[in-house]
Amino acid sequence: MGRKLDPTVKVKRGPGRKARKQKGAETELSKFLVDDDGPKKLSSRSRKRYLLPIERAARKQKKQTSKKPGSDDDEDEDEEEEDDDDEEDEKDDLKEDEEEEEDTVQANFDETETFKLPAAADRAKEGLLQMDLQTIHQRIRDNVDVLSHFSEKREEGKERSEYLSLLRSDLCTYYSYNEFLISKLMDIFPVSELIDFLEANEIQRPVTIRTNTLKTRRRDLAQALINRGVNLDPLGKWSKVGLVIYDSSVPIGATPEYLSGQYMLQGASSFLPVMALSPQEGESVLDMSAAPGGKTTYMAQLMRNTGMIVANDANADRLKSVVGNIHRLGVTNAVICNYDGRQFPKVMGGFDRVLLDAPCSGTGVISKDPGVKTGKDEADVLRSAHLQKELILSAIDSVNADSPTGGYLVYCTCSIMVEENEWVVDYALKKRNVKLVPTGLDFGKEGFIRFKERRFHPSLKLSRRFYPHSQNMDGFFVAKLKKLSNTIPTQQKPASTPEKSNMGKKQKLKPEKSETPIITKKAGVKSENKKSDGPKKAKIAKLDGETSKKSAKPNKKQKVKELNGDSTKEVVIEKKKGSQFEKNNKTKNKNLLKKNKNRMGKNKFKKLKNMVGQ
Amino acid sequence: MRPLTDEETKTMFEKLSKYIGENIKLLIDRPDGTYCFRLHNDRVYYMSEKILKLATNISRDKLVSVGTCFGKFTKTQKFRLHITALDFLAPYAKFKVWVKPGSEQSFLYGNHVMKSGLGRITENTAQYQGVVVYSMADVPLGFGVAAKTTQECRKVDPMSIVVFHQADIGEYIRSEDTLT
Repeated sequence: MGRKLDPTVKVKRGPGRKARKQKGAETELSKFLVDDDGPKKLSSRSRKRYLLPIERAARKQKKQTSKKPGSDDDEDEDEEEEDDDDEEDEKDDLKEDEEEEEDTVQANFDETETFKLPAAADRAKEGLLQMDLQTIHQRIRDNVDVLSHFSEKREEGKERSEYLSLLRSDLCTYYSYNEFLISKLMDIFPVSELIDFLEANEIQRPVTIRTNTLKTRRRDLAQALINRGVNLDPLGKWSKVGLVIYDSSVPIGATPEYLSGQYMLQGASSFLPVMALSPQEGESVLDMSAAPGGKTTYMAQLMRNTGMIVANDANADRLKSVVGNIHRLGVTNAVICNYDGRQFPKVMGGFDRVLLDAPCSGTGVISKDPGVKTGKDEADVLRSAHLQKELILSAIDSVNADSPTGGYLVYCTCSIMVEENEWVVDYALKKRNVKLVPTGLDFGKEGFIRFKERRFHPSLKLSRRFYPHSQNMDGFFVAKLKKLSNTIPTQQKPASTPEKSNMGKKQKLKPEKSETPIITKKAGVKSENKKSDGPKKAKIAKLDGETSKKSAKPNKKQKVKELNGDSTKEVVIEKKKGSQFEKNNKTKNKNLLKKNKNRMGKNKFKKLKNMVGQ
Repeated sequence: MRPLTDEETKTMFEKLSKYIGENIKLLIDRPDGTYCFRLHNDRVYYMSEKILKLATNISRDKLVSVGTCFGKFTKTQKFRLHITALDFLAPYAKFKVWVKPGSEQSFLYGNHVMKSGLGRITENTAQYQGVVVYSMADVPLGFGVAAKTTQECRKVDPMSIVVFHQADIGEYIRSEDTLT
């Protein structure tokens, strides 16, 4: 500030020269400022909205110097006004404008409040022009302001969706996200919170460590680290083992205390699922996605090295870090294996508790991995969601519901997408005999019960969401489920799917039966169920068509026989599966079907008509 | 995963007894249950019998680690003790060496301990005796072999080596990959 922009202008030097305060760049700038050159070609009124603060101040300066040349009072006034907020500057500007221009007061008042949307042509031009980030940022702020007080501040004739689309593209440019992710985030957060979230993703979360209570106590560890020159604090009243590191003169990941296993570097949000699961001493616990081993070791310290932990991960390279951490922290009750999580109930089942930290799209840890901003799209999220559904069903099947002390599963992800969180838990609630229970975490936001067009089970309220901007930890989702019974349910809920209610009674039984054998073979294969619905639907449609047209009986006979044939096949498949799993109501269905089959031959036309008529 | 053969057991116990003497039986008969050694992929794992039972369900190629890894057998059937066994050696160690704070870091980088870094040493340490190295705060840092007897340590000049380095906890960072 104060640097000469025009060296040809010589300011007189002499005593008391520095006594007068330096005028600042506005004085220089005001000489160069031309009214016609706005950053965008808009009307003269709205042009003023797009000036940078310094340009505004320069303009003011210019006007004041032109009216009352060089008095000290004015200069002081200027500086005071410069220090004020932009809004106040605008108001001062406005007052001066009113004196100069012959517009009505009403119009000017509107002008200060309205944030004018650039026309479509201007926006296209923006793509070619280099928009500087400051202008975009200002525009974002103004836009959010308008959207928060929409009825007062909106421009006439402009729809909310136009403001939103401008905001979307500005956010994509300013924070470097792709369109898909910004749209998703705009669905989840209200606009003002969205800005906080995006800002929080730009900065790192504080470094946190977890004391290993198998080897030391938090007090002693804190003392030892302080002696080494580390600035730290307890993490919060919700954790007895966490410490947050503000700064350190030694590398935190290489102190002798770290090497002797007295603590572990772990994100604060990773404490939460283990606290929710709270494994007890002597239990058998499964950690399905264990790498790099932070949660596994926390569970072991809570269990005091008793019982047994199976730490599994599908990625063999990442398992090395699990081995390292387990040995370093002195965990002796762990078995480490390298299976795909979906194989789990087959390898070993009957665990008291299971922790599933499912692989996800990582939208909660953008501050750690900025590549997520541009790298993720619809297909990625859906693929993750599909895998998570399969994993959660395997996890549920690995829990022993009759465990005397347990029977719990904790599902967690480091993502904030509803498709990977509430949707997956809701899916599990429908497919298995489980229910949600309180996580025991009394802070964090409750999970969504409804989202856009989806409606979830009301107990989803018991799950918890954590955000970087509100809890100052990585984005996270935690849900705790209790398994009610070891039997796998058949789909006999009447309100399960709308498509099924359209079909006849007989058909209703079939899809249910066809689903359960498939489920017992492979967990969570939704697509196959849908496939089975398809051809059956077609058959029903054909049947309908035929009965209404009153076509020849032999055709119907054929169709009916086909259906019967299928049903017998299914009965056979289901018989085999039935022996492995307890299904009390299977026999009932079989008998019913057989009865139907017998009756078919005698009075099929009436029967069909009745069924299809429903 | 299989139990150790007699040969292997003998080799391993010989190595262990260099550091902990006859306390080996304390490793096997513990108050909280019987523990045992098993061999998997040339590595010796120490685990309780309860864990052993459950670990047998896991197929050999998928099993990565059970309990604690003590060390591995080399191709020529010699037993090499790993740093991961430190937690079990340290409490039963017969001969101990304490290192001054200044040369702690040097030992953690894999260097031998010199006379200038030596803080304390147990009496009557024989030459080439297995020792466990501690920091002045009684935190076990690793283990090694005494290069000199205690008497000689007093007389010798400051730049000579007193403990040969064999394993230290810095290896958790330096050679994370070789742990498995």
